[in-house]
Amino acid sequence: MANSILTLNKINKVYNPGEASEVAVLHDIDFEMAKGEFVAIMGPSGSGKSTLLNIIGLLDRPTSGTLSINGQNTSGLEDAELTHLRCHKIGFVFQYHYLISAFTALENVMMPLLVDHGFQTERAEQRAKELIDRVGLSNVAHHRSNDMSGGQQQRVAIARGLAMNPDILLADEPTGNLDTENTKSIFDLLREVNRTSGTSILLITHNHDLGRQCDRIIQVVDGRIVS
Amino acid sequence: MKRWLPFEWIVAIRFLLEGKLQSIFIIVGISIGVGVIVFMSAMLTGLQANFIKRVLTSQAHIQILPPDQLARPQRHGVDEIEDAIIQRPSQRLVSVDQWQKIRRQLEAMPEIAVVAPTAAGSALAKRGDASRAITLNGVEPETYFLVVHVPDYLVQGQARLLSDDILIGIDLAKDLGANVGDKLNVTTSNGGARILTIIGLLDFGNKGANSRSTFVSLRTAQSLLGMLGGVTTIDLSLKDIYAAEDIAQNIQSSNDVIADSWIKTNAQFFTAIRAQNLTNMLIRVFVGLSVAFGIAAVLVVSVIQRSRDIGILRAMGTSRGQIMRLFLIQGGVLGFFGSLFGSALGGFALIYWHAAARQADGSELFPLVIEYQLFVWTAVLATFTGLLAAMAPALRAAKLDPVVAIRG
Repeated sequence: MANSILTLNKINKVYNPGEASEVAVLHDIDFEMAKGEFVAIMGPSGSGKSTLLNIIGLLDRPTSGTLSINGQNTSGLEDAELTHLRCHKIGFVFQYHYLISAFTALENVMMPLLVDHGFQTERAEQRAKELIDRVGLSNVAHHRSNDMSGGQQQRVAIARGLAMNPDILLADEPTGNLDTENTKSIFDLLREVNRTSGTSILLITHNHDLGRQCDRIIQVVDGRIVS
Repeated sequence: MKRWLPFEWIVAIRFLLEGKLQSIFIIVGISIGVGVIVFMSAMLTGLQANFIKRVLTSQAHIQILPPDQLARPQRHGVDEIEDAIIQRPSQRLVSVDQWQKIRRQLEAMPEIAVVAPTAAGSALAKRGDASRAITLNGVEPETYFLVVHVPDYLVQGQARLLSDDILIGIDLAKDLGANVGDKLNVTTSNGGARILTIIGLLDFGNKGANSRSTFVSLRTAQSLLGMLGGVTTIDLSLKDIYAAEDIAQNIQSSNDVIADSWIKTNAQFFTAIRAQNLTNMLIRVFVGLSVAFGIAAVLVVSVIQRSRDIGILRAMGTSRGQIMRLFLIQGGVLGFFGSLFGSALGGFALIYWHAAARQADGSELFPLVIEYQLFVWTAVLATFTGLLAAMAPALRAAKLDPVVAIRG
């Protein structure tokens, strides 16, 4: 597929290979995702969803198989090149929002830009303000993450994930810790980002309602894609 | 956040500020260590400078003496000695041979500042029923007082030496019940006797010297000691005190005299200084080590506490190098600020101790020498120590697997 954002070919992941504690987590995963698609990954706990997401997010390397992001094969890349790709192509949102508590909401959003530029620029500030605005948190922009509610923190995390204008946003159960109302508003935010910016989104969730609202659902069971 | 600060600095400083208690504790620890080093170094430098000054204003830098008198064995033929036992002769008081010529020669040497011939020997000072053994130093005040700063020790009277004047120590004056203006009867073993007037009292800060040392004019001493026109030593003062040993050997090789430098006669003093410097060095090294381990311990804990933050930063594309720098900077900043406070602490301790600690005679124990180089060097070294100490924690942080770090 020419316009695929993500191509996984026979991805295997084995922990502690060759040892007594060897665990095979992923088996021959083949998966393709088109640009602008909003895909949900569902499956029971321990089925390998998070490992898959970490591999796609270049935080972890597969034991075998190839992974291409936006047409670029990532196997054989150096650590520094993976870091660069992660910085420019991929955004993360984690279940426990994981903001850096030493910084304010605005600064957290600015962080990826800072990492990339090395310095704080006016453009970075502008961009961070826009994003904070977009997720509706202008009023708490200068609060520390500890002073914000779970829903607010997750919005900040989404804004941070979008800071570098990534090709793909990876969200690992971003609503797992939120109540129904916040879950809905976070999902609506992701949906809106997907529609207006065309950012591809890969979402791990246990929530079937959310899954149904995505373009496509991938079921992972015991490290294999079953549907 | 400051615009001009690079990313690593911003995060490093924020991390330090967020872990306030940790940062304060370790900075206090570093400050105490640095304070001790600053205080000790400055005090030792001052003490040693003072000590050297004291030693060198109370004795000659080089002293020229006549050679030892030896009994020459009687020989019969080649390698044949008549007398089997040779006794060392008693050392009579003799003059430096041709001392006027040697004096002129020494005065012509550019590295020598003052040449002061003296005639010294023992005598008996009597007043009424009391008598005390004394050392009679016959000197030319205009030269000798430049070598040994006798007037500095004067507590009463004046430092003048006419032919009937004598300067004595305060303890001798006490023993003899004499005061300025009183007469002393001074006699020597070879029959010389003279009535001298006490013109001034001296306090050398040393009981032995105070009860023995006396100063008279050169000619008076010569006549009392029975060595008219002769001198027992020539005392020299040098322009560069540390060249003393070389110059002494030079003089000794070109004249039939013995030349003793202050470096040789104070060998023990030098050993003491060397031991002091070694101790100081050891203390510095160990204090430095404990400071380094303190910084490392705090940062290792910080890496563990912040592993999730490190994982997040890595996930958003922070490189291993950036993570490493981030922790190195923390170490350096801790070291630098610790050294600032420590320098201030050491400086205040110095000023206080300088004001509080006095010598027996009430003068300062050590001169207050606060050199800004000491502080600059301390700051540089402490910062460097901080960087070095942060090496292991920084490497550990950089090596952290982001997946593991995020999982916690």
